Amino acid sequence: MGNYGAPPPGYPGQGQPMPAYFADPLANVAMQYGQSLAGQGKDIVNQNLEKWISISTLKFYFAVDTKYVARKLLVLFLPFVIRDWSIKFPPSQCVAPREEPNAPDLYVPAMAFVTYILTTGVLLGTQNRFTPEDLGGQASQILAWLIVEILLVLLTFYITNISSNLRFLHLLAFTGYKYVGMVVCGVMSMFLSRWGYRVALIYSSVAIVWFFLRSLKVYVLPEVMSADRTGYRRRLWALLFITALQPLMIWLLTRQICSFEAPAAVAPPPVSY
Amino acid sequence: MTFSLYSLLEAGLLVVNAIAILNEERFLKKIGWGREHVQPGGAYYQQGYAPPQSTKAQIINLVNSVRTVMRFPLIILNAVTIVLLLLAG
Repeated sequence: MGNYGAPPPGYPGQGQPMPAYFADPLANVAMQYGQSLAGQGKDIVNQNLEKWISISTLKFYFAVDTKYVARKLLVLFLPFVIRDWSIKFPPSQCVAPREEPNAPDLYVPAMAFVTYILTTGVLLGTQNRFTPEDLGGQASQILAWLIVEILLVLLTFYITNISSNLRFLHLLAFTGYKYVGMVVCGVMSMFLSRWGYRVALIYSSVAIVWFFLRSLKVYVLPEVMSADRTGYRRRLWALLFITALQPLMIWLLTRQICSFEAPAAVAPPPVSY
Repeated sequence: MTFSLYSLLEAGLLVVNAIAILNEERFLKKIGWGREHVQPGGAYYQQGYAPPQSTKAQIINLVNSVRTVMRFPLIILNAVTIVLLLLAG
């Protein structure tokens, strides 16, 4: 008593200033219905997306920790020192890289991709031919070559008729590991120009070939050799072809950036006093 | 050679066109890549699995399936590409 402008009954949050349409119970029902619809819509979108990209297994590839990343980088730079390449889990099961140091992940390739784009930006800057559109151009160029390479690998698997445990995301991860080598090539060419680039190119090629052969042996070549000798040879050829693609791609992708010769005798513009 | 995603699409379209215009009678049979050598759908018959076919059979199957599947969509894709290239120069 004594308070004028008393709020109508059923008013939520009495005493707080709220918009008048929230007072309507019908609006409450509508809000809840909208929320449940949104939840259902989200479920439908997730289910449909799952059919194409398989989001639940995608989460596995990013479940990494610092120890894993450090070890993976060590393996990519110095594959000679690692003795044990086996995977403790059965190859068809999805395994988080946190537990299994030899499993492929998508974090390192994604980070290396971005780092490589930035490195090309810096390199182009030192060569005085950088424009901001170059970053996007480089990114789409490398993505296009990645798609070409994965299509080639899938085509190889289809033609040689081998059914391996290499899922699409595994392939994506393995082909993405060479970006680390490309970053090394870029950095070396920044400091030591052309000869540094060539040395880095040869070393990255050897490292990635070694890494590929040791890692993919588990997936592509079966341990138990049945009487099917031609099947084994076919798989071996497919594996060798995929492995040979890698240094070729490293060379293709980095040659324009890293081995650029600045035009000689560029006269400085005359300074007027 | 700036090789963008758009160039990839163009190249892919050209390659699929090239596969689609291979004539069965006049060319593929002449070089022994005809359809009578292979069985489609590689792996199954009634009682069990067929043995994996040779590489050549897989390629022939791939060419045939590309031609069958892409014949109609290619018409649309080519028309769209031609119009876009005419407009964009």
